[in-house]
Amino acid sequence: MIKSFVKLISKNNVLEQIRYASQALPQLSSEKYNIKRKTFGTIEPSDVGYFRSILGEERVLTDESDVLPYNIDWIKNCRGQSRVVLKPRSTEEVSTILKYCNDKRLAVCPQGGNTGLVGGSVPVFDEIVISFALMNKIDTLDDLSGALVCEAGCILENLDNYVREHGLIMPLDLGAKGTCHIGGNTSTNAGGLRLLRYGNLHGSVLGIEAVKADGTVIDCLRALKKDNTGYHLKHLFIGSEGTLGLVTKVAIHCPVLPKSVNLGFFGVKNFENVLKLYKSAKSKLGEILSAFEMADFDSIDCTVKNLKLPNPISEYPFYVLVETHGSDEAHDSEKLTRFLASEMETGLIVDGTVASEPAKMQTIWNLRESIAGAGLAGGYVFKYDVSIPLKNYYDLVPILRKRLGDKALKVFGYGHVGDGNIHINVTVPQYTKEVSSLLEPYIFEEVSKVNGSISAEHGIGFRKPMYIHYSKDQSALQLMKDLKQLMDPNGILNPYKVLPDAV
Amino acid sequence: MSRVLVGVKRVIDYAVKVRVKPDKTGVVTDGVKHSMNPFDEIAVEEAVKMKEKKIASEVIAVSCGPAQAQETLRTALAMGADRAIHVEVTGPAYDTLQPLHVAKILAKLSKDEKADIVIVGKQAIDDDSNQTAQMTAALLDWPQATFASKVEKTGDGLTVTREIDGGLEVIKTKLPAVVSADLRLNEPRYATLPNIMKAKKKPLKKVTPKDLGVDIAPRIKVVSVEDPPVRQAGAVVPDVDALVAKLKEGGHI
Repeated sequence: MIKSFVKLISKNNVLEQIRYASQALPQLSSEKYNIKRKTFGTIEPSDVGYFRSILGEERVLTDESDVLPYNIDWIKNCRGQSRVVLKPRSTEEVSTILKYCNDKRLAVCPQGGNTGLVGGSVPVFDEIVISFALMNKIDTLDDLSGALVCEAGCILENLDNYVREHGLIMPLDLGAKGTCHIGGNTSTNAGGLRLLRYGNLHGSVLGIEAVKADGTVIDCLRALKKDNTGYHLKHLFIGSEGTLGLVTKVAIHCPVLPKSVNLGFFGVKNFENVLKLYKSAKSKLGEILSAFEMADFDSIDCTVKNLKLPNPISEYPFYVLVETHGSDEAHDSEKLTRFLASEMETGLIVDGTVASEPAKMQTIWNLRESIAGAGLAGGYVFKYDVSIPLKNYYDLVPILRKRLGDKALKVFGYGHVGDGNIHINVTVPQYTKEVSSLLEPYIFEEVSKVNGSISAEHGIGFRKPMYIHYSKDQSALQLMKDLKQLMDPNGILNPYKVLPDAV
Repeated sequence: MSRVLVGVKRVIDYAVKVRVKPDKTGVVTDGVKHSMNPFDEIAVEEAVKMKEKKIASEVIAVSCGPAQAQETLRTALAMGADRAIHVEVTGPAYDTLQPLHVAKILAKLSKDEKADIVIVGKQAIDDDSNQTAQMTAALLDWPQATFASKVEKTGDGLTVTREIDGGLEVIKTKLPAVVSADLRLNEPRYATLPNIMKAKKKPLKKVTPKDLGVDIAPRIKVVSVEDPPVRQAGAVVPDVDALVAKLKEGGHI
């Protein structure tokens, strides 16, 4: 099993390299966003020699073409200038690397599957990339408690396939599952499609092993549901995006594999009806509701056209995807039928389809999951991921359409209605400062006005530290800065990310 | 206008990983998600399209199998079939149900229901037999148009384009006829909600092979079902010289 994981990962990397090679390079992040390099050490040949002495020749990449894919994020937004990629295989190796880097003031950028959307996973200048791709072993799985312990570089989909063999599923699911790492998911507190049902990672991560900037290994890897012994330190590493420590191992709680799964895809007349339908789904489907997602016409239209995917139903202003997870097929389908019959009667659902066959459900989910990447085919995409109170959930999309006029190809919104989280994508033929300045900080100001969050699940990364104050009070930012100072006094861990320079 | 009989089989969903039973008598089907054989879905779509184009007056879906075959028939009804016939075959009898039996059942029903066209998928994805259409045509002594990628009504017959090695073959056939659907014949629709609701009320008749006078005693014995051999793990070699050496060592060059 473990061997096949290694094989899968190396295959993915090769594919990624080919993909990047065939595309024009994005502008350097430092130039695009006018950033100054901080006073870190620079990598000398002797440093590379040291890394080779602990990792061997093959796990220290220095060839420009080998390093390139690690410098670019997948939405082609950021490009760093790293010249060295390290691929440790164990916590001890990560610890040795960090101790050395800390002593020499060499900055590092941890990288998982590099599927982040805010530039957190790629370097900005010459930070050493620490790739977790080879730390992909599963330690243990307790199929009674559902506790899975594994290394940070395990790919989410591989883990899901593995735990499914034992009658369990991973508590999170997202479009990037075939590439993203569990360590990255944890470090960024990734949300995804089933947060509504299984909660976020602060709940399902049971324990964490992480390495501090000075190489100290922090062992909080207990796989316990309840453990009130002192400060809950694991939470410091969940969502801190590798700025407080590098996650090397994760213990995570896996819920049971649902025996009965149904998926509905519906056409809805307007956004008001989407909200009414959500309310109805919560009460009529109750405990079996596992996802409630929405997408507007342009989201689906763009995905269908750009990626040539089939839309199972006709065209509607809004689409809603409802999934149920339960333990009894007859019970679930009866509930679902009643819900459907009643909401078709009220007109909340105009039309749609339901499926319980895995192949058909995959086709429908694939359409929803592909929206995130669909805009890229048309040029450049400005991506926003915000939490907004449900009554204002969709307001920004028409406002932005008006504000941008014909400067944008498309402005579309889709997301996790159940979590109050909307993704707003603005597609343009190419990145321009003009459009950028129309969007930022405007969007964040608007979100702040309704007490929303400027980053619901994507994180702050490189792209948003200057806007964090729209969602966090000065008092909170100061404590974050103090924690950073305590845990990483030289600031070598993922610099230029998360916290703004001036707090 | 013609009456169309369309055969649908309930098979393990193609997104599910199939497991061989430990005693090698077959594959594990208990608790495994099933759905309509994808080629049969194409057959249903084609039949429904014929009805929409007023080539067909009625579409009858037929499935042979246990009680759950009715779910597959409901799917066909939701896609647009008018009524369904469930030929109930359960337990060990279903385990040994073979294409010849199904062909005899379809032939008998075609006569009883006065069908002009029988459409089935070219093969089922579970046993890959690819025999039912051909045997049904032989039993009825009707012409057969297998592996259809395009079906048109011309005059009092059908013009069918077939996918063959290296190209397409266009044939004409008189009616009645048997057609088997290939992958590119059409893209099956998703049943819409109103149609899913309506399908629950469409007529579904249950019969047994005995009612139809068809003997389903097995003609073929399955000796053993086995997993394909596990692929050997690959290895990474450091450079071209090592690769060449390995290939020589393995006797490949």
